[in-house]
Amino acid sequence: MSSKLTTSNRAGWAFAAPGIALIAVFIILPFFFAFALSLTNQRLISPNPTQFVGMQNYRDMLSVSVLRLAPDRDDAGQIQRDAAGAPVYPRIRDITRSPDFPQYRGMREWFRFHMGETAHVVIARDVVFMKALVNTLTFVLVVAPVQGGLALILALLVNQKLRGITLFRAIYFMPVVVSIVVVSLLWRFIYSPDGGLLNNLLSALTFGAFQPVNWLGNPDTALPAIMGMSIWQAVGFHMVIWLSGLQTISPTLYEAAEIEGASKWQTFRYVTWPGLRHTAVLVLIVITMQAFALFAQIDVMTRGGPLDSTQTLVFQAVERGYGKQDISGGATISVVLFLMVLAISLLQRWLTRERA
Amino acid sequence: MASISPDNHGLRLAVRYAVLILIALIFVFPLVFMVMSSLKPAQQLLADTASLRAFLPVGDISLDNYARAFQRAPIGLFVFNSVLVTGLTVLLCLAVCSMAGFAFVYLNWRGRDLFLSIILATLIVPFETIAIPLLLLVSKLPWIGWEGVSYGWLNSYRVQIIPWIADALTIFLFVQYFKGLPRELIEAARVEGATWFQIYWRVVMPLSGPVLATAAILKFLVMYNQYLWPLIVVQQEKYRPVMVGLQYFFQLNIAWGEVMAYLTMITLPVLAFYLALQRAFIASIASTGVKG
Amino acid sequence: MKLKRLAACSLAAQSLALSAAFAQTPLSMWYHGAGNEVESVIINQIVADFNASQSDWVVSLESFPQGAYNDSVVAAALAGNLPDILDVDGPVMPNWAWAGYMQPLPLDEAVIADFLPGTKGYWDGQLYSIGLWDAAVALVTRQSTLDALDLRTPTLDEPWSGEEFMAALDAAKAAGEWEYAFDPGLAWTGEWFPYAFSPFLQSFGGDIVDRSSYQSADGVLNGDEAIAFGEWWQSLFTGGYAPGTSQDPAARDNGFVEGRYAFSWNGNWAALNALNTFDDTLFLPAPDFGHGPKIGAASWQFGVSGTSQHPDGAAAFIEFALQDEYLAAFSDGIGLIPATASAAEMTEHYAEGGAMAVFFDLSEAQGLVRPVSPGYVVQALVFEKALADIANGADVADTLDAAVDEIDADIARNGGYGH
Repeated sequence: MSSKLTTSNRAGWAFAAPGIALIAVFIILPFFFAFALSLTNQRLISPNPTQFVGMQNYRDMLSVSVLRLAPDRDDAGQIQRDAAGAPVYPRIRDITRSPDFPQYRGMREWFRFHMGETAHVVIARDVVFMKALVNTLTFVLVVAPVQGGLALILALLVNQKLRGITLFRAIYFMPVVVSIVVVSLLWRFIYSPDGGLLNNLLSALTFGAFQPVNWLGNPDTALPAIMGMSIWQAVGFHMVIWLSGLQTISPTLYEAAEIEGASKWQTFRYVTWPGLRHTAVLVLIVITMQAFALFAQIDVMTRGGPLDSTQTLVFQAVERGYGKQDISGGATISVVLFLMVLAISLLQRWLTRERA
Repeated sequence: MASISPDNHGLRLAVRYAVLILIALIFVFPLVFMVMSSLKPAQQLLADTASLRAFLPVGDISLDNYARAFQRAPIGLFVFNSVLVTGLTVLLCLAVCSMAGFAFVYLNWRGRDLFLSIILATLIVPFETIAIPLLLLVSKLPWIGWEGVSYGWLNSYRVQIIPWIADALTIFLFVQYFKGLPRELIEAARVEGATWFQIYWRVVMPLSGPVLATAAILKFLVMYNQYLWPLIVVQQEKYRPVMVGLQYFFQLNIAWGEVMAYLTMITLPVLAFYLALQRAFIASIASTGVKG
Repeated sequence: MKLKRLAACSLAAQSLALSAAFAQTPLSMWYHGAGNEVESVIINQIVADFNASQSDWVVSLESFPQGAYNDSVVAAALAGNLPDILDVDGPVMPNWAWAGYMQPLPLDEAVIADFLPGTKGYWDGQLYSIGLWDAAVALVTRQSTLDALDLRTPTLDEPWSGEEFMAALDAAKAAGEWEYAFDPGLAWTGEWFPYAFSPFLQSFGGDIVDRSSYQSADGVLNGDEAIAFGEWWQSLFTGGYAPGTSQDPAARDNGFVEGRYAFSWNGNWAALNALNTFDDTLFLPAPDFGHGPKIGAASWQFGVSGTSQHPDGAAAFIEFALQDEYLAAFSDGIGLIPATASAAEMTEHYAEGGAMAVFFDLSEAQGLVRPVSPGYVVQALVFEKALADIANGADVADTLDAAVDEIDADIARNGGYGH
């Protein structure tokens, strides 16, 4: 990399300075400001003076405890059971709101699991944040590979030399062109439980065997429904990036592969894929970043519901910072998100590092 | 691609097109829905959503929604503002970010790796989370104009443009692309005594058609769909862009036909931009000779 | 600055026209009606009339789309860029007043003596805002529906009890003619939830926050009455009486007129659409769940910004706008309830015997303002989420407890919100 020919501090600075300066002023400076906010109790709207609170916002968001509960027993020492025969446990409400346990005050059940008769209840001070964290990670883990893979397949399809292929490229790209807010609005009609297009279509395709699903109203289907729509909307975007990578691969390499009688798969494996290495890193990182920033779809379609099944970190950051005027709480989420994604991208860079 | 024997050529071609068309249907249907709905009166539009009629120009078809949409909001002004802001930002962004990318890939200077890491880290900062600090910042920034120095950038075009010129994603796009270009070209030019700017302008830029087109499209989309930022920094109608204008159509009883008409109209410039660039994009590939 | 210099020059040149302009102090005004043509015409007319009627002030208007208005004002306040005259949604006013975005409105109380109570915005014992209209919600149905289901017509004096209301929904459900018996309108997110549904909670005997001190929600939002309300609310959805949170917005707007819902909980702004479709449309009072029938009150109101140097000029404009003819114009134009009885008599729909006169009576008899507290803005969102979660099957007591915890923590973090 560092050949003598390319060493030039003055030129390097001159070329990079405008970009670095703009990013420093308009992104990095405000971000440090946001970080400082997360250490205070600053409100969006308030006549009260701002106070430094240290890590309090982080503690309020991240504290988690586990309660071990034994089943209720009657006077004879027998485990009480409900109508279905399951053991009855004390209500969490009676513990978290009891003056005997001030340390659990304000905490709520996140989830529970059973080991033998004992129920282990994980309670968190900020259950909504925890759910948002899990949903966001789930979204990233599903959407990044699926969207990246589908985009590559599409790119290969529209990289064929066929008459009218430009038209197909344009069509596949079309959903990207429409704003995500608009797309989310349109899909609310499509996912509607009462005579929505998707239900009617599936019903017609299966000759009525399909039972209508309340896509956005059911906690089990809401996040997958949003994933599906998000992939549909953005896949054309990544197709274009793959396509620009594909088009830099020299045709002479393909000709050579053909002469040597390589199969289609071999051509892809040994010519196309190695030529896409830089593009692959780009696509993966871009998709991951966009997935972590999931917001508009949630805001328009579900606002985090039903039952927090579609809460996400950025939605919560906005909801708190603007809606609930808790600008320091919103900033705290942004900082946590930043640190998390930074860790992931360092890991990603380490995993995809260029091996000498 | 692999060779095709002449006897089953026609069949394979038909299969290829069938696949392409099937996929096209999946991508195009909400947009057909949008355009068709814009031609229908509200009641019919909503009744049609349950069936395939949603995709067909059937029933009471007219351009009434378009006429009414123009009465409701100054659409021409919004589109003009958006196109102006978007166009200028895209041009400036391509210049600034490609130069930065050039510096990060081809030049060796102190602090290079550190700055690249810092810039890539900013990829992760969602705009929503820095909007308020940024608002406080731009409301105090000085500006030197014809009438001397003034403070505060609110209610202007510049406040919608300047903070958006440089972004990590575009720089990253250029960096990844430049890494794939043959280094020998640059070194050869250097040996021949070309200045760095000449290399950037005469050697690298002419080879960068695909990445310029990709970056331009992506930046165009980001800028054209701006909502939160113009909402908080622009209080005068004369600077409002299209996505804030969309709010004009969300009254208590939403006139869906007009909404669809407005959406159709504001989507057209983006589609036109993409189609125009795609042409340029393919032409640039044919002419460059990166292939060799 | 430039204008003043220019004016100074022209004064020296003895230009009469320009010196008149110099004497008029400019006042800026923001309004949330962009995109609504009728509303824009009326507000522009008021501004033009005011500017022509006197020579001290000249008002210039900037309109915003409603969905973007509150965010615009907050951003402008943060950046120190507020106008002189603002309009503000009633329940949000205490938040803005507490933060110093607004200042008390210097208006003679005699001017507004006849106004509906929901149109007057008081905070900390002082008048901050005044509305030209109010809004009201009613149980919308058809006479033919009541006849077919053999139901008594409830009146203001004798509204349905909670049991009668549920019996009506049962009858509608059993009839099988409708997709759902009742449409509360969960497709409308945001302020609709506390505006439309917190009166049900209040009728059960609970509330969003304890109004005696505004320092806690404990006991009122998670007490026995509130839990009874929550169980009832949940039963609307688990019992299949009402469409839930995934209702699409189009079904909300047109479901009733398409005959998909027997009863709809909707506001006076949607009344014209129903009246134009069914000539036997009825607007029934809210049911009484034990503590009296209640509906939400307070709509958009006018006030003076905290940074305005000319509160007297702003008040002069607002007082000018409070004339009956303008109240009536807004009512005729967009279906709002005029703030005074005398203005109501001048309107098409709210005059004695008018199709929507019932809303004026509803507003007068049942209207209850949302909690008058700067913390309401946060409490409204907490309440909205709790109701959405309960509708989706969450445990009622746990959900209300969580809402109480969040509201109480927020009040504590804000030092009691200045009460």
